Amino acid sequence: MWNWFFQLASPKWFYTIARKVTPWLSVLMYSLMLAGLVLGLIFSPADYQQGNTVRIMYIHIPAAYMSMMIYVIMAVAGAIGLVWRMKMAHIVSVSCASIGAMFTALALLTGAIWGKPTWGTYWVWDARLTSELILLFLYLGFMALHSAYDDKKAADKASAVLALVGVVNIPIIHFSVEWWNTLHQGATLSKLEKPSMDTSMLWPLLIMIVAFKLYFVVTLFHKIRGEILLREKQASWVKKLVADSKQ
Amino acid sequence: MGYFDSFNDFIHMGGHGFYVWLCYAIVFIGMVSQFVLAKLSAKKNIKLLSQYYRRAAARKKSQANNDS
Repeated sequence: MWNWFFQLASPKWFYTIARKVTPWLSVLMYSLMLAGLVLGLIFSPADYQQGNTVRIMYIHIPAAYMSMMIYVIMAVAGAIGLVWRMKMAHIVSVSCASIGAMFTALALLTGAIWGKPTWGTYWVWDARLTSELILLFLYLGFMALHSAYDDKKAADKASAVLALVGVVNIPIIHFSVEWWNTLHQGATLSKLEKPSMDTSMLWPLLIMIVAFKLYFVVTLFHKIRGEILLREKQASWVKKLVADSKQ
Repeated sequence: MGYFDSFNDFIHMGGHGFYVWLCYAIVFIGMVSQFVLAKLSAKKNIKLLSQYYRRAAARKKSQANNDS
């Protein structure tokens, strides 16, 4: 029953599987991205209050959502690596960081640009914006800490602990719009309630969220493959792979 | 086509074209550059490793020569 778990822990197995599924996931990602963009930019209506700036939502919400999801994955993978000393878990955790940092920066930037026409300001120091900025610093801290060690094992451990400590920020970001008075609006999508949005806007948003998730998986798999090769350079299968690729 | 009456309308976005297109441009640049870098990393590391193996082999050889 636990076989798949141990297989997943084998870098060689992961490398082979990632290489096989990536092209298919890429095709799916490109199609959904295109569909989401066409629906969001051309077919969805403008908002009765915000006008066409509402179209920023179709990239702002997915980016913000990914920034938090990737952080949780990074921390959970780091924890698995710490507890079970699993090599693959640390590779996943480390490969998540730069993608998550990018999505956090994109969420902050698109939010700021959206804020100007709707709130009249690029930035306010309110709970949602500030906690998201702290998330960016957590990602950057994780990356800086990991690159500060020469020894990869020590680097993996230290950065995994940092990721775990920083997880406390995720619920703060999520509930910030409820706990404090803020300019930022509340959650648009909720698993428990009926969406407060018209389907003509809901569909492009949901499609874009799935497309961004696929983008993350595809990019992560590319990064993981590069990282596996470097870390497993003494393994015979990597030596063979490198020798074969030259011909 | 769609919500807009004309292509100009689409670009103009009811006066908010600057904000909307700037956001999409930033996200596009960020995601594409991250994607390309990730995609190249496996290829780059294969090249790096092939040099590493060659150097390691050369070192071993010179050491064997010194010993004899």
